[in-house]
Amino acid sequence: MYFVTESSARWIALAATLADLAVALPLWWLFDPQTSQMQFTEHAAWITAPPIYYSLGLDGISLPLVLMTAGIMPLCVLASWTAITTRVQSFMAMLLIMETAMVGVFVALDFVLFYVFWEAMLIPMYLLIGVWGGPNRLYAAIKFFLYTLAGSVLLLVAIFALYFYGGHTFDILALSQGTYPASLQMWLFLAFFAAFAVKVPMFPFHTWLPDAHVEAPTAGSVILASILLKMGTYGFLRFSLPMLPDASRAFTPMMVALSIAAIVYGAYMALAQVDLKKLIAYSSVSHMGFVTLGLFVLNQQGIEGAILQMVNHGITTGALFLCVGIIYERTHSRLIADNIGLASPMPQYATLLVIFALSSLGLPGTNSFVGEFLVLVGTFLWSKVATAFASLGIILAAAYILWMVQRVVFGVPSPHHLPKLKDLNDRELAMLVPLALLVFWIGLFPNPLVSKMHQSVNHTIASMSRTKVAPTAQPSASVAIPLLADSGAPPKIEELSR
Amino acid sequence: MSQYGIDLLALLPELIVVVTACLVIALDPITPASRRDLLAWLSLGALALCLGLTIGQIGQLNIRVSAFSDLVVVDAYARFWKVLLYSVTGLTILLSLPYLKAENIHLGEYYGFILLALSGMLVMVSGADLLTIYLGTELMSISLYVMTGLNRAKPRSLEAAAKYFVLGAFSSGILLYGISLLYGMAGSTKLASIATAIGTSGTDSPLLLIATGLVAVGFAFKLAAVPFHMWTPDVYQGAPTSVTAFMAVAAKSAGFAAFMRVFVEGLGGLKAEWSLLFLLIALVTLILGNVVAIVQTNIKRMLAYSSIAHAGYALIGFVAAGRAAGASGGTPGLASVMIYLALYAFMTLGAFAVIGMLRKDGVEGEEIEDFTGLAKHQPLAAFLMLVFMVSLAGIPPTAGFIGKFYVFMAAVESGLTWLAALALIFAAVSAYYYMRVVMVMYMREPDPSSVAPRLVTSPALSIVLACAVAGVILFGLFPNAIVSFALQSVLTLK
Repeated sequence: MYFVTESSARWIALAATLADLAVALPLWWLFDPQTSQMQFTEHAAWITAPPIYYSLGLDGISLPLVLMTAGIMPLCVLASWTAITTRVQSFMAMLLIMETAMVGVFVALDFVLFYVFWEAMLIPMYLLIGVWGGPNRLYAAIKFFLYTLAGSVLLLVAIFALYFYGGHTFDILALSQGTYPASLQMWLFLAFFAAFAVKVPMFPFHTWLPDAHVEAPTAGSVILASILLKMGTYGFLRFSLPMLPDASRAFTPMMVALSIAAIVYGAYMALAQVDLKKLIAYSSVSHMGFVTLGLFVLNQQGIEGAILQMVNHGITTGALFLCVGIIYERTHSRLIADNIGLASPMPQYATLLVIFALSSLGLPGTNSFVGEFLVLVGTFLWSKVATAFASLGIILAAAYILWMVQRVVFGVPSPHHLPKLKDLNDRELAMLVPLALLVFWIGLFPNPLVSKMHQSVNHTIASMSRTKVAPTAQPSASVAIPLLADSGAPPKIEELSR
Repeated sequence: MSQYGIDLLALLPELIVVVTACLVIALDPITPASRRDLLAWLSLGALALCLGLTIGQIGQLNIRVSAFSDLVVVDAYARFWKVLLYSVTGLTILLSLPYLKAENIHLGEYYGFILLALSGMLVMVSGADLLTIYLGTELMSISLYVMTGLNRAKPRSLEAAAKYFVLGAFSSGILLYGISLLYGMAGSTKLASIATAIGTSGTDSPLLLIATGLVAVGFAFKLAAVPFHMWTPDVYQGAPTSVTAFMAVAAKSAGFAAFMRVFVEGLGGLKAEWSLLFLLIALVTLILGNVVAIVQTNIKRMLAYSSIAHAGYALIGFVAAGRAAGASGGTPGLASVMIYLALYAFMTLGAFAVIGMLRKDGVEGEEIEDFTGLAKHQPLAAFLMLVFMVSLAGIPPTAGFIGKFYVFMAAVESGLTWLAALALIFAAVSAYYYMRVVMVMYMREPDPSSVAPRLVTSPALSIVLACAVAGVILFGLFPNAIVSFALQSVLTLK
């Protein structure tokens, strides 16, 4: 890292991330969607006492996330091409370390290995925000670091507790099939919640997000929004739901309430922002509310919608942060007031920005529509009232997005802006066009992606109904899980999207 | 082989160390100032020899060889600690070479005293009799008192030595009082006899409880446990940095080794009582150590409080051993303490090595502010300090995480889940003051008018840093070697 020049560091990083993508893409075709078993597994002994294995594997839940991670990273390198001017080699090294940790989180099949990857990305992210970030970066970086660390350490205690109750194994698949007493499940759920809820971030543990997003460099914001946030929801899906089914069912009302709070609160806060990055940050809180909502209604539509939204949010919000980064490089201001009326000087940029903005608000034809629709269908199956409140988020999203677009793209530009702003150069086009294509591809043809998730999601839901160890009180009437009670087949996703 | 022969062979490495120490002290007056390095190399050679002898001493792991009519025992448990102590002392001598020269206190007697302290520690670790352990403790402590005051030109150093001496003498007196009460109860100071006496007479004798308490207080001072920690910040700050490194790592390890042996082999019958006592001590230790470290501005003082906190974490492992059910239930807890201290040695030595070589305006840079902008001028040193700070905070994939992993796993296994959760939360709190050093190095612009921090580098220091960072990263990724070594070695501790 210290022995390469600045420009070669950029090219090496680009080559490395593209190589990663090249290795990850074939997984899409080689993946067998007919089975819920883990595929492409690797298993090696790591520590002998207690037995911890270097165990990796992919299933329908981790596949989209790994692909998204591999796809976003080259774009991050491209975004930092001219934005980062000091210590470029270290910056690129941090990006690559983070990619390792993030992919590791999604494919780890051993709980301790998962935890190591989970924590390992704290330090590179802290450095990314703290060294290359904006004016208030020190506060934002340490806030992010301490908040996330505090939640994660409780996860470690839960891992130990699960080890001793789950038969002296750290293997995630084995633990997902065990049955645990209901009281233990409650405590474990709360411990998992501490770590994952801070990461997602769920309301009211979201306060680190606006600061971190605003102060981070563009690539840092993109990584944070696209991938780090998904690690939290992935944690819920991979650990809380299969391992602690009774607690998940019992806590569903609370989780739904917090998700809806995040949707509505995030949207209202976004409406009030004058800083573009902060607006998008709060919109992230709102969108991730949809994801957690979909997860905790505990049916196929909800969970598949949630996973789809994870990918969609990664694409859309990542693209929005890239757009903000592009305009920041030109005008050196993130305030909406300083970036008015970009349609005339930068038409290509304006087009792409509008595409991503419309995707963010969930316009039919774009990717977010499919995800949000599935989530709302799932929520409707659980409770009509909750769906009504969640839909409020879509209306508010339209409000803040369209208002932002109206000012930034279609406003009347100030005269001294006009001649100076250059439209997108090739590198920036190369970053944004693939994302725009993905927006429309997933929006119009979601089935290839969604069909790969079916088996794994159904397996997760089915495993949640295994026999409990200690019979608890009957779940309350509102926590209906019609899919499991139905003897008929659930409506096919293909029929829903036609 | 006669008993006399066995006795000598059992203690051969220690004898070599003592003889070398005396040789160094004797040779010092006749060595010209420019050739004092030779004394250091002589010590290192002796250490390497003794390390080899110690490793080869035990063929099978479950033997205990008693020497000097059961005063000293040579077993795998002692061997673990001895290997650690030899390595740490060797690295400390390497680290001292450039440091002492830069500080103008390059006295040949320093190496003699380090070896004497080491020999005291070795006797502590192998002692099977309370008086032998006390003897070793005193030898170690007195050598450390002298070394603390080595920098006669700095009043802080002399003050630290005086404080250490007075408080240390007090605590040794308390320890001795406890030992004498135990002797009164058991009729012998041998650990085995004391255990037998407790077994026959029962555990509710007030004399026994008082004696246990006094012995606990005496040891708690050495381990820098709250509320017997008052000496630590002043002594760590005032002593020359290489001596601080030695104290923080070697003295603590030896203290823990002897302490575990006394309380498991000698006072094992009182498990229920002392585990509650040490639970309370561990709790206040880690809370106070972590909280007070946050407000420190001097990095050596901050590391002193962090060292107190780390003693607290190690004590949790010990408490877990005391609370564990079953005859051999204490193994994970005891092994976790050994793993923790072995890994702690690497990070601490590394951190103090970096501190020792920092010079600001020609004076040793002791304030955290002196590290400002280090990443710009000395990126490699800043990166190494980053690794050590991250490891001390316990963040994967460094060795610090592995140490905490085993300690807290032992705690959860013994039913102390709440303690593990609390300690981990305070570990997250501790990340703040470790990250503050990282922040100052990487994220603050240095004041352009001030002189850039300079580093005193030398090949010896590079070796120490290389070993430290290799230990932290490699044992963080592949801890199997140390873990299995500790698990095998702890079996001989009954």
